[in-house]
Amino acid sequence: MTLLATRGLGKSFGGLEAVRGVSLDVAEGEVRAIIGPNGAGKSTLVGMVAGRTRPSAGTIAFAGRDVTALPAWRRVRLGIAYTFQITSVFSGLTCRDNVALAAQHGDRRDRDERIAVALRRVGLADAVARTASALSYGHRRLLEVAMGLALAPRLLIMDEPTQGLAEGEIDGLCRLVRALRTETTVLLIEHNMAVVMALADRITVLDRGAVLAEGPPAAVRADAAVRAAYLGA
Amino acid sequence: MTAARRALPALVLAGLFALQFVLGDYDHTNMARILVLACFAVGYNIAFGMTGLLSLGHAMFFAAGLYGAGFSAELGGVAPPAALAAGTACGLVLALAVGLVALRTSGVAFMIVTLMFAQACFLTILHFNELTRGDEGFVIAETARRFALAGVVLDAADPTVRYNAALALFALAYGAYLALARSRVGRVLVGIRENEDRVRMLGYDPYRYRLFALTLSGALAGLAGAAYALLFAYVGATFATTQYSIYPLLWVLLGGAGTALGPLVGTGVMFVLVDRLSGITSSYLMLVGLALILLVVLFPKGILGTVGQRRARNRS
Amino acid sequence: MAFESHLLLALLEGTVGACVLALTALGLSLVFGVMRIVNVAHGEFFMLGAVIAWAAATLVGGPPALSFALALVTAPLAVAAIALGVDRLILRRVAYQPDATIVATIGLVYVFQQAVLMTFGPEARAVAAPFQWRVTFPGFGYSGVKLALAGAALVLIAGTWLMLTRTHIGLAMRATQIDRETAQAFGIPARRVYALVFALGAALAAVAGVLVVPVQQAHYLMGGDPLLLSFIVVIIGGLGSLRGTLVAAFVIGISDGVIAVFFSPTLAKIAATLLVAMVLVARPQGLFGRAPS
Repeated sequence: MTLLATRGLGKSFGGLEAVRGVSLDVAEGEVRAIIGPNGAGKSTLVGMVAGRTRPSAGTIAFAGRDVTALPAWRRVRLGIAYTFQITSVFSGLTCRDNVALAAQHGDRRDRDERIAVALRRVGLADAVARTASALSYGHRRLLEVAMGLALAPRLLIMDEPTQGLAEGEIDGLCRLVRALRTETTVLLIEHNMAVVMALADRITVLDRGAVLAEGPPAAVRADAAVRAAYLGA
Repeated sequence: MTAARRALPALVLAGLFALQFVLGDYDHTNMARILVLACFAVGYNIAFGMTGLLSLGHAMFFAAGLYGAGFSAELGGVAPPAALAAGTACGLVLALAVGLVALRTSGVAFMIVTLMFAQACFLTILHFNELTRGDEGFVIAETARRFALAGVVLDAADPTVRYNAALALFALAYGAYLALARSRVGRVLVGIRENEDRVRMLGYDPYRYRLFALTLSGALAGLAGAAYALLFAYVGATFATTQYSIYPLLWVLLGGAGTALGPLVGTGVMFVLVDRLSGITSSYLMLVGLALILLVVLFPKGILGTVGQRRARNRS
Repeated sequence: MAFESHLLLALLEGTVGACVLALTALGLSLVFGVMRIVNVAHGEFFMLGAVIAWAAATLVGGPPALSFALALVTAPLAVAAIALGVDRLILRRVAYQPDATIVATIGLVYVFQQAVLMTFGPEARAVAAPFQWRVTFPGFGYSGVKLALAGAALVLIAGTWLMLTRTHIGLAMRATQIDRETAQAFGIPARRVYALVFALGAALAAVAGVLVVPVQQAHYLMGGDPLLLSFIVVIIGGLGSLRGTLVAAFVIGISDGVIAVFFSPTLAKIAATLLVAMVLVARPQGLFGRAPS
């Protein structure tokens, strides 16, 4: 079943067309990577899906419902979670309170349990009571992911999750994303090609705002146009 | 530590209750005034300290309560408890109406918009001079301040009644603040103060939560204004001037923004300072100005915030 | 007096007021545009200018024209020096944070007012006009001094404009306004530009204060109205847009003069404050200013 479908999605800033005519179909349970050179429009594209950027053209459907006009917070309630590229946690609150803000939408009875699970899955179980500002950069990124998980989303958008993580932390994150496959769909923007090739079911390549190629990792890797535009051949 | 912390509110309220048997006549009345104004400051703290909404117009909510209660008691012949409720409702409704418009802006624009709305309210009071008696104001008659509660006739002019009524209202505001701070909603409000964008991306509409905070804040300011009118028998336009929008900001900054007891501490300290100083010079406003500047430059966290910080540092 | 004469008088009063208002608002706009801060004490710089002009006139004595000329030079310089102190001791220490700056400058309002009240007293004090001259219009005579003062305000505005557009310092200020980081990368010292801009803004308010004393009298609470009107002008004109500020100053100054002659001043003020609030809600960047990117 298709979970996310965009049709002719476009965004222009002044005269510049950052994204144009993007039609995307992401199936439920899929891990979809979006790659492309800097300035290709990846962040603008997922920003429109999450509701952070208003599209200039096109429509977005989520689980069969047109969400193009919905504000961001309503889309979150429908199940679209977004983790920030530049870490955006509540630095004055504890890890527990950070995650609690994400987890308190649902049932009150198992809330503490859900908070604990989210923190454990990203490996921050020991840091429950610590203030977010006291965490290392990598741990703050993981806290950000834990907040996304605690929303129990149907679609999890991850904008450059491995940026600034150490080797070991990247491996942990990959294991986590693979484990998520059974419960949520993932839309992943990522520069680290090893991570993309290891995780993605399908890859969409953006170039200058438009879709250049799309397919399974092996096919994308073999695509001559992609190599020319991006993979640095 | 946690047990002591849990018992703190009860201890504070018990201490305030006991205080009335110790204080002399003059300080007794002053303490009742401090408690009512602290209720105003607690309301301000919900908007500013907890949610990060820096309003420069809270005098209009206080004045709404003041006039709402004053008119109902003096002109409408309503008993004090009902007048108190009417005043609170005026503050609440005005805050809701102002919030619906002003909360479309944020930051500096929000500060100026609230300042302008409050100024318009003040000018409106002056404009309807015949009804409000403008700057001069009016006194609420003795008879309008007497009421029966559970069969006992109480007189708001009686010092004991006044002190305990003020304490009860402060306890209500203080309790409301504590309950909110520990609730789901309170956590969202703090989240908005810290990082609005992230809160939105966690599925909350910041506008609605801000509107809730401002409305509750305005209702408490209205409650304080209504109590002030009924307990101290005077209603006047001075309470709607910009100065009365700056005072709660100063009290909260002084005591510690976003702390439960900061508003009481700040109000008390500032009240006593101004009171003692007015024996020496009439320009106590100089003190107000200097305090604002020194707080912003040197102690942005206020008394309780700074103490809390020290303690946290010593512990680690 | 016939209605036409009445209207002409109102327009004339409005235009004179608008010239002084434009000068005051230019200072506020410059400070907001370059430093991105709202200076609530701007009206007090205006008041200090007027009070210092009175002090200069009474302390020095001599013919009114001479003491007025002296005040015209010393008052802005003295107020600029005070502003430099404020920048150094307060604004820089709170790193020009918008919220902290507003709260601190509110504190300054009380400090300046009370300092003047303690030293200068609560009375309103007049300063003799530098010369006596009456211009005859059809139907009424008008103070030539007011016209001369309005002319002086226009010359000062033109001078400030030339300074901003034609000199190195002006270029540094405008560059900092457009992009602080880039300006710094090109070797423009932001700190010094900020201090200069704050002093210049204060001096403009002070000189406007000097210009009104011969017709209005100096008083420790006189800063409130210029502040409110400058606020209105800067917001309607578009925050930080100097051209918008000047256009708005003339529109608002002239209509304020006309409204004050024909309507209740309280109602006009209520309408003006609500207008500012609604403009900010509808278009936070003002009517003429560009949207922030």
